[in-house]
This record gives sequence, structure tokens and C-alpha cells, in this order.
Amino acid sequence: MSHPAIPRRALLAGLGLGSLAAAVPAWAAGSVKLPLPGGPDLRDLTTVFPGKGPMILQRTRPPLLETPFEVFDQGVFTPNDRFYVRWHWASIPTEVDANAYRLKVRGHVDRELALSLDELARLPRFEIAAVNQCSGNSRSLFEPRVPGAQWANGSMGNARWTGVRLKDVLDRAGVKAGAVQVRFSGLDEPVVDDAPDFKKSLDLDHARNGEVMLAYAMNGEQLPLLNGFPLRLVVPGWYSTYWVKMLSDIEVLDKPDDQYWMKTAYRIPDVPGATIKPGQTGYKTMPINRMVPRAFVTNLRDGAQAMAGSPVAVRGIAFGGDSGLKTVEISTDGGGTWSPAKLGADEGPYSFRRFEGDLPAFAAGTHAIKVRCTNTNGRAQPMDRVWNGAGFMQNGVETVSLHVA
Amino acid sequence: MVTSPTAVSRTALLLAALALASAPTFAAEAAEPMRFTSQQVELPTSDRFFPEGPGAEAANNNCLACHSAGMVLTQPKLSKAQWTETVNKMVHVYKAPIDEADVKAIVDYLAAMKPQP
Repeated sequence: MSHPAIPRRALLAGLGLGSLAAAVPAWAAGSVKLPLPGGPDLRDLTTVFPGKGPMILQRTRPPLLETPFEVFDQGVFTPNDRFYVRWHWASIPTEVDANAYRLKVRGHVDRELALSLDELARLPRFEIAAVNQCSGNSRSLFEPRVPGAQWANGSMGNARWTGVRLKDVLDRAGVKAGAVQVRFSGLDEPVVDDAPDFKKSLDLDHARNGEVMLAYAMNGEQLPLLNGFPLRLVVPGWYSTYWVKMLSDIEVLDKPDDQYWMKTAYRIPDVPGATIKPGQTGYKTMPINRMVPRAFVTNLRDGAQAMAGSPVAVRGIAFGGDSGLKTVEISTDGGGTWSPAKLGADEGPYSFRRFEGDLPAFAAGTHAIKVRCTNTNGRAQPMDRVWNGAGFMQNGVETVSLHVA
Repeated sequence: MVTSPTAVSRTALLLAALALASAPTFAAEAAEPMRFTSQQVELPTSDRFFPEGPGAEAANNNCLACHSAGMVLTQPKLSKAQWTETVNKMVHVYKAPIDEADVKAIVDYLAAMKPQP
């Protein structure tokens, strides 16, 4: 496996850039305007990333690629070549040898392991449909705006993940008494030597719950390299920050993980809904964790046109976050009254699920269509938008305005 | 005329994509264990720079070693305090080797930056 780390000399020299300025990259495949308040809202659509079709380019290196929203209208499973991409560090192996690859299991265990892919594939197979959503999905739609990757709603995707239960792998290593957490790290590395390598941890009970898994396939095929080939952690119902890509190292800890990516980064206000007022201080924080319910209209863009006197079909996707969906409801009067939408096939509690509703004919004018879902734990989307300084955990009710003439 | 590095990458990318497409592997339906195909890809580089202005050189020389400019140029209008916090995080947490004088130039540049379209 090669690690194309940038030589320190090149780093210090700033790569000797300065003469190649170009307004639009030669490989842009068009552009897209994101519906975010106050700009900059223009992004290139790119097709040059390996294993990827047209994607919204948020950053080239390390890649931040957003799924164009129309993809979510095509089905509840997001195709691998349209699945969003997010990396923290630019030193990403561009070559992974499937035979040489080993997954290390070490730390507070009876037996250290170095498992090949073939050994992993011989363990009992486990499969689950689960939404993978970036903690900062929808960050660009926060008001007031907040710094960070300016994602619209497309840093999420749903796949059928195939692989092995983490529990089965941990059992083979034999977790020792006194273990409290399990830490995960992948083959990517910081460009600068002493920067904090990306690692995330789960409590031991969570890691062994029989749902947390190591996926070697998504939607029936091996993972695209940019989505973590050959192996990624899947933590159903939890934000993607825990779904470590190119997973190469599992370390069982006998003390809680206090390194940067748990103690400082990816923290949310420890208040209901993770929502605070801009400028508010004095709240405690905690690591981001379980996802919350969300529903999106996918067949009507904000500002869509419709004919007066004709019924309007509404279609979309919803997910319960850390549990299944109970209901999706639609309101055409600003949230005063709600009617239930029809739910599509149930692919499991952590999957996207289709919803459909037929709205009666509208009078001419502008109408706000709102969709709200509630999960099987009884948690409903809040009517107000979520706000926090990191731009995490947005799940406020979505509104699409419809112009009827 | 400087040859764009992305032109070269593109050919390699297409070859890599073809190689991948010719060797699909399927897991879910197969009764036998998953088979894996090694992957070799080329990742594109960016030819985007920080637009001209006081401090642009400091930004181009220091920031682009670790990340391309795209995400910076798509930030909403942020205050000098917000940019100071971000640049300080790059230096103190992410260990970017940036001279103190350049830190100030970069913060001033970013705070004065008009968000790109």
C-alpha cells in the first residue's frame, strides 16, 4: 500500500504554486446552484473522481463531494457512484492491495489479530440497510451561517452494507475485563506529521451490540476507494464521523478515548435537539452521537410550479435516525394541520424510506408544503431549524414553496 | 504555457475506471465468500488559487499544501474573529507550519475576501 505523503520539503515550499490560476477547472462538467442563503452558492459538477459519476465539488483535496439532490428521488438506495465523499486528511492511499491488506485488532485483548480480507469474508456474513449522514449535512442552510464545509442536503446516502459484525471480530481477539471503549483508525494520514490522525471511538457495549459492523461491500459491490475500500466501519443510526473509512486498526481501550477527534472535535451542545441561540454560552458539550429523524420532498424543488385546480403529487424520502419511521405527515397550511403520507417498502429501521402523498388542488398563489416525520421512539422533527456553531445535526422540518398559477 | 496536471490525471483516471469496470465483484447474492479486487486510482488535483489581493501569496503558499482552495472560497462571509479562530486551529491543532507574519496576512486576506459567486 502506498501512502503518497507530500514530502516535507514540498510542504514548506508551498508546492511552488502560483502560475496556474484558472477560474473554472478544465474538468468541470457544468455547475449547480445550491439553495443556500446569502451565497456563495455556485459549485462545479465534477466527473473526474474515481468510481464517481457527476458530483457537486465542495473541495478537491482532500475530497468533499456532495450528492446532487435529484439522486434521492430515484430510489431509497444511493448508487455507489453517486454516494457522497468526505475526507479529513489529504494523505489518502491511492493504491490498496487486497491481498496485502490487514486489519489489526489490538490493545486490551487476549490475542492480537491481523486479519486479511479473505479471513474476514469467511466470518459469518451480516447485512444491514443504513443511512450514512455527515454530522454537518445541511450546514450551508444554517442561519446565521457558520463556517465549515458548506454542504446543502446531499452529504447523506443510504446503502445496503455487507460484511461482518464487529462483535464477531472482537470475540476472536477476546476482549479483556476492564475494557471500556474501542477505537478505530484508517489508512488515511495527516499531511503534516504531528497533526492528529483521524480516530474515533465507541463505547464497548455499543461496539458489541451486534449491529455495528465492518462493511466490505455496499449495495452488493466492493466499496469505491473514496468511500473507504476495502473496509469501513458501519454504525447504524449514528452520524458518519464514526464510520471510519479504509479501516485498518481497531484498538480496545481500558480508558475512555481522550484524543482530539473525540474530546475536542465533533462535539454538540448537550441540550435537547443540540440547538442553541446564536451567541449563547455556558452549555456543556458532548460527542455527537445518534442521528435524528429527517424527511425531504424529492420530486418538487423549492419554488416549483403547479397548475391551479390540479392535484399535486408529493414524493420524498425519510428516515428515523436511530430508529425506524412511524409516520411522515404533510402540511399545506404552514404546519396548522397535517395529513399522513403513504409509506413505501420498509428496508429496516436505519434505511431511507419512501413516502408519497396526493395533495388536493390548490388555488392560485404561493403555498408552503411542509413534511415532518416521527420515529418509532416517538421523536418528531422540530418545526424550528436547529442552530449550533458547528453546523451539526440539522433536522428541522423542511419546507418547499409551490407557485400555483 | 504550463501543462495542466489535470490533463494527465484524466487519462490515468479513465484507465483506472475502465480497469475497475471490467472486474465487478458482487457480495450480497453470492453464496461464496466475497472476492476483492485491488484498487489503484489517481485523485485529481486542483488548479484553483486564492484570487489576487493583499495576502493572497501567503494564502497560496501556506494553505494549499494541505487542502485545495475550494472549501475556503465557498465559505459565507465570516468575521475577522471567525477567520482568526480557523487559521489558529490550522496552526495549533492541525500543525500547519505557518510563520507568524503569514498568519496575520492570511487572516487579513480571508476577512477581506468577498465571497466568490
